[in-house]
Amino acid sequence: MERVGHFFDDIGLIRIGSSYAADIDFLIILVLVVVGVWFLAAEFVFMYFIVKFREKPGRRADYIDGTNKRHKRWITYPHLAVLVFDVLIVVVSFKVWHKIKIDLPENPDAVIRVIGQQWAWTFQHPGADAELDTPDDIFTIDELHVENGKLYHFKLEALDVLHSFSVPVWRIKQDAIPGRSITGWFQPTMIGEFDVQCTEICGFGHGVMAGKVMVEDPATHSAWIEANTPALLAE
Amino acid sequence: MAEPAVAVMAHHEEEDHGHHGPGGWLKYLWSTDHKVIAMQYMFTGMFMALIGGFMAYVFRMQLAFPGINVPGFGMVSPGEYNALVTNHGTLMIFWVAMPVLLAAFGNYLIPLMVGADDMVFPKINRLSFQIFFLSTIVILASLVVEGGGFAGAWTAYPPLSANETYNLTPLGSTLWVVGVGLEFVAFLLGGINFITTLMNSRAPGMRAFDVPIVVWMIVVASILFMLSVGPLLAGAIMLIFDQTLGTGFFDPATGGDPILWQHLFWFFGHPEVYVVLLPAIGVVAEIITTFARKKLFGYRIVIFTIVATGVLSFFVWAHHQFIAGIDPRMANIFTITTLLISVPIAEMCFVYIATLYGGSIRLTTPMLWALAFIAEFLIGGVTGIFLGAAGADIYFHDTYFVLAHFHYTFFPIAIIGTFAAFTYWFPKMFGKMMDERLGKWHFWLTIIPFNFIFIPLFVLGMGGQHRRIYNYAHFPELAIPWFQNMRIVATVSLLVMLAAQLIFFYNCYKSWRRGRKAPMNPWKANSLEWTTQSPPPHGNWRPDELPVVYRGPYEYSVPDRDDDYWPQNEPDSRGSR
Repeated sequence: MERVGHFFDDIGLIRIGSSYAADIDFLIILVLVVVGVWFLAAEFVFMYFIVKFREKPGRRADYIDGTNKRHKRWITYPHLAVLVFDVLIVVVSFKVWHKIKIDLPENPDAVIRVIGQQWAWTFQHPGADAELDTPDDIFTIDELHVENGKLYHFKLEALDVLHSFSVPVWRIKQDAIPGRSITGWFQPTMIGEFDVQCTEICGFGHGVMAGKVMVEDPATHSAWIEANTPALLAE
Repeated sequence: MAEPAVAVMAHHEEEDHGHHGPGGWLKYLWSTDHKVIAMQYMFTGMFMALIGGFMAYVFRMQLAFPGINVPGFGMVSPGEYNALVTNHGTLMIFWVAMPVLLAAFGNYLIPLMVGADDMVFPKINRLSFQIFFLSTIVILASLVVEGGGFAGAWTAYPPLSANETYNLTPLGSTLWVVGVGLEFVAFLLGGINFITTLMNSRAPGMRAFDVPIVVWMIVVASILFMLSVGPLLAGAIMLIFDQTLGTGFFDPATGGDPILWQHLFWFFGHPEVYVVLLPAIGVVAEIITTFARKKLFGYRIVIFTIVATGVLSFFVWAHHQFIAGIDPRMANIFTITTLLISVPIAEMCFVYIATLYGGSIRLTTPMLWALAFIAEFLIGGVTGIFLGAAGADIYFHDTYFVLAHFHYTFFPIAIIGTFAAFTYWFPKMFGKMMDERLGKWHFWLTIIPFNFIFIPLFVLGMGGQHRRIYNYAHFPELAIPWFQNMRIVATVSLLVMLAAQLIFFYNCYKSWRRGRKAPMNPWKANSLEWTTQSPPPHGNWRPDELPVVYRGPYEYSVPDRDDDYWPQNEPDSRGSR
């Protein structure tokens, strides 16, 4: 069961890089199986009818108007079944949605700020004291540094137009709105360098609004913090 | 009977007065005949489809071969790329799907299928097209003004769309909003006619459940459009004010709210999907019953499901905004309503498949298009479930998965549905039969490449490719070779598909010039448009021959009859009703 959520990772389509990525993938697989079966069944019956009921000399079409109960149940039963499957999908979708977007895990290891503007991402890291908005904060452009396995909250803001913060391997996506600060969370589980996208069209340079996130092991991350702490404070 | 006759006389008097002065093409330009107006809508829509298709060609070339000097266009800058995708979407929905499916076929079919001599308000109908034509000029002008066309996506989210310092297209974005607004006015006027004509001008004997499905569909679509367009028109005017007068309805810097626009837009935008879907579904109903020689399976089920779909479609809009910054708890409600709408739509598909059961199916060109609509739309329908489930939408939102999904709905609607309708009613509209051999070549060379365009895009979307990016070289995860190969497959398929349209235009020209003359009822169909000559004269029937209706439109293969069809206007032996 556990592996199901890793299907897209296993086939090399998109890697799993956060604690909730497999939950989203599991939901996608569930929908894929449910609607896939329906889809194949419907297309099969459809194609079968087209072949089977081709015009033949001497044969006349049946006169069926669909008001007869015996005929109508061929519509009513499948349609009730669709409803049942809808409920199943809704339930799993709710679970995933609540986990990612509604239930904010408490006591994060760090809080970062992500600011979108035309056409770059600014990342505000809390620095050595793990507190945001203190003098040792580290600001970077288009390059987010996080430590593998740690729980992060992010505060997402925008300066001019709408942007959308997306890291595909984390399955994270959230629009940034000027004038608001939107809180969310993530917990990286894979070390490496990954794409950060802006997924909301934001003008001329939307296509080059590319950042990257560096997920580092604890030693590398501390070294990075040390090396980048504003010089004035380091003394 | 009295009322239509009076209407006809009034109409003819007016004609006599109107035709003293200008003749020739001016007569055509000012004609209030619903068929002439339908043709004007259709040819304008097809012309716009060529422009929209050309745009797709340019940006797909850029995606497959980044930096290429696109033949017929040149190098594509990031700004131009954004303008191309923005206006491709705008044109294809508002200037192709709407005018062709709703306005052209609505205008052409409603009076003919309900047995009326014209629309109830012919002059409003004329005005509707003229405003539409004006809107066409405005939107085309917006592409060539200084600064270039609007480039903030067809959804026009502010603040990008509201402020020229952000979008860099001061004239283009204002003309874009004005053009879209005018287009809405045109369709409101058209919709008034569709609704009133169905209500007031039905042939004697035609009860509500004797009306062909396509007419029901177009009228329900018009009602949905009327109910949903108000908020967006208001939003469009606020957006124009933001752009030109410096108000701040949507700008947070001056106390506005950008999310407000999204609500106004999608409150319209989602019913709009059904506004264009319903006419296509109606067209398919007419065609599959005719060529399967079958009564529609559950006529009333279809009517009730479209009404249910229409009502539900007003409660799903925020599924476009799951991750847009709305209260995340709202997503729960909209996930439920969105998945609920799968029930009536699935039911509609079941009904159509059930209609084929026990039929005597003739695979003519229009039938192939109609069947392809069902087969392809199913893909569009089921992939919508992925996006309606909020949890999965976190990943899929604004990826190529979404893009492929809605092309699997809009392509069947706007292109397959149009070709189905066009080839089915061509004999009626132009009085000539179309060439079946060319028609089938055109069909297969459109359908096969279509799937090869969009199935790779589903895979790319699953791989995390996001939308509206002119060059994926900036994203290492998306710049890998096999992703690029998929982009090339999609683009090459598009080139094949676009080239195949030459067959269609050649077929139209050839059939129109040298085609076999069409009889009154070439398909042996039941509905009233087949009871007049091809093409129908002004006034549709001779005033003393306006049809009287005795039964519903799908009485095919009725037992104990020699013919396997039974026209709506043929009195039965007992003369009942």
